[in-house]
Amino acid sequence: MLSTSGSLVVEASGLCRTFGRRRAVDGVDLSLVAGESLALFGPNGAGKTTLLKLIAGLLAPTSGTVCVMGRALRSESSSRASIGLISHQSMLYRALTSLENVEFAARLYGLESPRAAAMTALDRMRVADRARTPVRALSRGLQQRVAIARSIVHQPALLLLDEPYTGLDAAGAAALTDMLRDVRRAHATLVLVTHNVDEGLAVASRAAIMLDGRFARQDDCAALDASAYRAAYRSMIVGETPPPEWTMPVSA
Amino acid sequence: MSGNPPGTLAAAWLIARKDLAIEFRSRTAFLSALVFAVLALCIFYFAWDESIIAPADRAPGVLWVVVAFSGLLGLQRSFSIEEHDRGIDALLVAPTSRESIYLGKAIGNFVFLCAVQAVTLPALVLFYNLSVGEPLLGVAAIMVLATIGIVAVGTLFSAMAVNTRMAELLLPMVSLPFFVPVLLNAAQATTRILGGRPAAEAWPWLRIIIAFDIVFVVACTMAFPYTLEE
Repeated sequence: MLSTSGSLVVEASGLCRTFGRRRAVDGVDLSLVAGESLALFGPNGAGKTTLLKLIAGLLAPTSGTVCVMGRALRSESSSRASIGLISHQSMLYRALTSLENVEFAARLYGLESPRAAAMTALDRMRVADRARTPVRALSRGLQQRVAIARSIVHQPALLLLDEPYTGLDAAGAAALTDMLRDVRRAHATLVLVTHNVDEGLAVASRAAIMLDGRFARQDDCAALDASAYRAAYRSMIVGETPPPEWTMPVSA
Repeated sequence: MSGNPPGTLAAAWLIARKDLAIEFRSRTAFLSALVFAVLALCIFYFAWDESIIAPADRAPGVLWVVVAFSGLLGLQRSFSIEEHDRGIDALLVAPTSRESIYLGKAIGNFVFLCAVQAVTLPALVLFYNLSVGEPLLGVAAIMVLATIGIVAVGTLFSAMAVNTRMAELLLPMVSLPFFVPVLLNAAQATTRILGGRPAAEAWPWLRIIIAFDIVFVVACTMAFPYTLEE
């Protein structure tokens, strides 16, 4: 389900979402082409998760539009086959085994050999040895690995990740980073929400910071000094005055 | 790895199978419903004086009260298993229609309720000394028809109630008024069948149940996608 390199995968225009009076996402424009990966940083409540849910089609925008590979996910169920979502919650069924959870997802995506695909995905996240263990018996970190396996079992063209490193130990984090690099090499598109600047910059080609539902700035990762970015981001989210170079306009 | 996502009914069957596998592993709702059903039958049996109302005359009313309330236990669980770790989000981002989620849940609930009734009916025969044979097959057929209506409405309200703070209270409160037409007609039809009357006498009541089933299966399938909006 991979898209052609260079083709537009995500296109959001004037995207807004309000909850009561609060504007969680406020007029976001975003374009991502195949193979591009965006690391999305920002303090709690900045609107990162809401933006991810809007792209995934889990939430309807209050105004604006969002298309994935040129199609509106909410109205066309078949177009949702191109995305994978890793959320705050594991989205797993605790009574089922790891393999049953991933295999269920593989069947929903209509994969030809669901069991084999599920085992491959579990193996990729280095959790194949727990395939027949009920999810409720797994630790938080292992559950997260199974959740990641579930979301990549159909090799999505667009992978949306919300704090995917949460709960992972060093081995799990390494497996995830390897998987994300593989996904990028296969020209899939990534949107990675994280608070950890180093994790984000390690896999991203673009970095963006959200504040109050808007992009405060977007940068090309190739031109970034990681340590300066980390320090400046920290000062920004704790409310300190950002360095002068950070006040420049948001790049396209 | 491109796949060919299943159609509405195939996806519904996958979801139903998954729900039944989860229930089979834990058996919490099934055992609760079963214990409730048997206890209720027992209490109703001893609550009345046999010399005033014969057990066979009480049986239809008792049966449908037990079916309604034991069914609520299964319906309650239907969407709560999705809420725990937001499994519902995985269903919503999958290439399946919202309608297939509803139908899958409804099929799972239907099998669950039928399983509970498969134990309730023999228990009713035992407690109320009913004759085993043709009338019982008729009652089983009425139970299947009525369960379709109960499941159609209950599945929709279960999805609506699950995100509220008082889900356990809200589901019976909103569902039971909608169950009333099915329960009344099912009880009337059951009375005639158990009373040894010709099946044709039960037909007017069954027609209403069938009409209810058709209307509510269609209406609830169409309404379900709106219950998922945040």
